[in-house]
Amino acid sequence: MKILVPVKRVVDFNVRIRVNPDGSGVDLSNVKMSMNPFDEISMEEALKLKEAGKAAEVIAVSIGPAKAEETLRSALAMGADRAILVETDDSVEPLAVAKILKGVVDAEGPGLVIVGKQAIDDDSNQTGQMLAALMGRAQATFASKVELEGGKAAVTREVDGGLQTIEIELPAVVTVDLRLNEPRYASLPSIMKAKKKPLEKKTPADYGVSTAARLKVLRTEEPSTRKVGIKVKSVAELIDKLRAEPGVL
Amino acid sequence: MAILLLADHDNTALSEQTAKALTAALQIGRDVHVLVAGKNAKAAAEAAAKLSGVTKVLLAESDTLANNLAEPLAALIVSLSGGYDTLISAATSVGKNVMPRVAALLDVAQVSEIIEVQSADTFKRPVYAGNAIQTVQTTDAKKVITVRSAAFASAPEGGSAPVETITAAPDPGLSKFVRDAIATSDRPELTSAKIVISGGRALGSAEKFKEVILPVADKLGAAVGASRAAVDAGYAPNDWQVGQTGKVVAPHLYIACGISGAIQHLAGMKDSKIIVAINKDAEAPIFQVADYGLVADLFEVLPQFKEAL
Ligand SMILES: Cc1cc2nc3c(=O)[nH]c(=O)nc-3n(C[C@H](O)[C@H](O)[C@H](O)COP(=O)(O)OP(=O)(O)OC[C@H]3O[C@@H](n4cnc5c(N)ncnc54)[C@H](O)[C@@H]3O)c2cc1C
Ligand SMILES: Nc1ncnc2c1ncn2[C@@H]1O[C@H](COP(=O)(O)O)[C@@H](O)[C@H]1O
Repeated sequence: MKILVPVKRVVDFNVRIRVNPDGSGVDLSNVKMSMNPFDEISMEEALKLKEAGKAAEVIAVSIGPAKAEETLRSALAMGADRAILVETDDSVEPLAVAKILKGVVDAEGPGLVIVGKQAIDDDSNQTGQMLAALMGRAQATFASKVELEGGKAAVTREVDGGLQTIEIELPAVVTVDLRLNEPRYASLPSIMKAKKKPLEKKTPADYGVSTAARLKVLRTEEPSTRKVGIKVKSVAELIDKLRAEPGVL
Repeated sequence: MAILLLADHDNTALSEQTAKALTAALQIGRDVHVLVAGKNAKAAAEAAAKLSGVTKVLLAESDTLANNLAEPLAALIVSLSGGYDTLISAATSVGKNVMPRVAALLDVAQVSEIIEVQSADTFKRPVYAGNAIQTVQTTDAKKVITVRSAAFASAPEGGSAPVETITAAPDPGLSKFVRDAIATSDRPELTSAKIVISGGRALGSAEKFKEVILPVADKLGAAVGASRAAVDAGYAPNDWQVGQTGKVVAPHLYIACGISGAIQHLAGMKDSKIIVAINKDAEAPIFQVADYGLVADLFEVLPQFKEAL
């Protein structure tokens, strides 16, 4: 069985982004970019399943600019067998990403697609669910445990109030939450080896998908800032201050 | 045309987040129908009918709808979608799971986690962990939206909408419910509590978290939250996580104890009315958003705080 793992190139999670003062967007020049942290978790899970003999091949796919090749090389260095770059300079909305991924699924026929729960740039939390819908297959979102057995997956999901376990028929889409695993670091030799692993280049048009935006971003602004607070010296002073705030204590 | 609001409920009770999402829905249009999908969910439907502004409640009950499985629930919503130009839900774990599936089935781009309604097709939503706010306009004929409930007040009670029973769509049969491990608690729900007290990595163990944070929470009548580090280490359950990838809260009072204030944590609490930070490192970034900061060892000051309340 093949496992498909979409990986997105995003601003590194440690970067404090800056909003352009003219409201046009976020300044991404000279900013450190990395693989979306959730996608590292997806990749780790796929590799674990392969190591456990449950999968034969792990394919990484990214939709983005030429530089997304770096993200795919990181996925290959972690241990993916090969990669597909669907190259476009447009900013692609989750629905179009899902349509492109559906094209890749139709071409590759994976038994499982493991997707991040959310991309930490757009914070959409949509792509995996949309892909499952387009495939007409089951989805198991926000996974904290995945077990494959006989054409099915038992998935424990992080939900409001606790955990839910469901069983889904494969092929299916799983989206991963933070506590599924601890992603591995790529070793130097595997980084070197990754440079030679196969990477195929495609375009959205190869899958017949338009990347035209459905959502018009009219403005991007800074969030409102909080007024500067004060340090209190003691618990007694803290309680006095809180009691003086209307409707707080 | 009318708006369909997916109710969040556990069959017996309606979650407060539905009343908050209703407020957003009523800013988009005036004719809001609430869909209660579940099993033996009459009580939840009756609660929805009492919310002021709801014009109709649709109650769909079946075994396959009992546990919020995405495939049958999405099929049901899609089967109803012809009569609505907006499909909306609170961004709960159910809403986040099912609404994008609905959107893709309808070939619509979803607008996730809106925090403000500007007009029937234009909304504000946070991106980059809340460090930028986008104003987005949908161009699709139908709109699929999830609502960040922390940004809206609850719609009051006072309505008496009719409850209409409808039939569930056929189950695609792709998934099966196995079990739930849902904790029940007498404490208020995290996303609607007036006061939240959260603990971070500094707590050091599940025992200490219980011993130091919970008594203060109970004295304050507060909900309990946690940082990702505390949840990952097993000091607190996963659904207590506050942040970019956990719950977003905006209580009257948020007390962060032994939490450094990483951007991902701030994303989940920086819209709280009053923020108190207790941290022994005077340079911790949490103090940049705190109204009242106390540089101290939490193990010393939290018991004093509880006594003084
Ligand atoms: C993709 C992604 C998503 C994430 N999502 C979230 C999220 O949703 N929510 C979230 O919280 N984090 C999230 N994080 C993690 C986040 O980046 C931080 O790692 C995390 O918030 C740190 O938790 P902490 O503040 O408890 O721990 P630390 O950063 O280790 O801070 C502990 C603090 O406790 C203080 N301290 C120690 N001992 C004491 C004492 N005795 N008394 C008082 N203070 C003391 C220290 O000075 C320190 O400031 C995410 C990270 C990634 C990559
Ligand atoms: N451009 C992209 N290329 C590859 N994968 C993507 C892309 N956009 C989204 N994804 C996948 O979808 C997940 C959720 O993204 P989102 O729905 O945008 O929050 C990510 O964690 C990725 O696994």
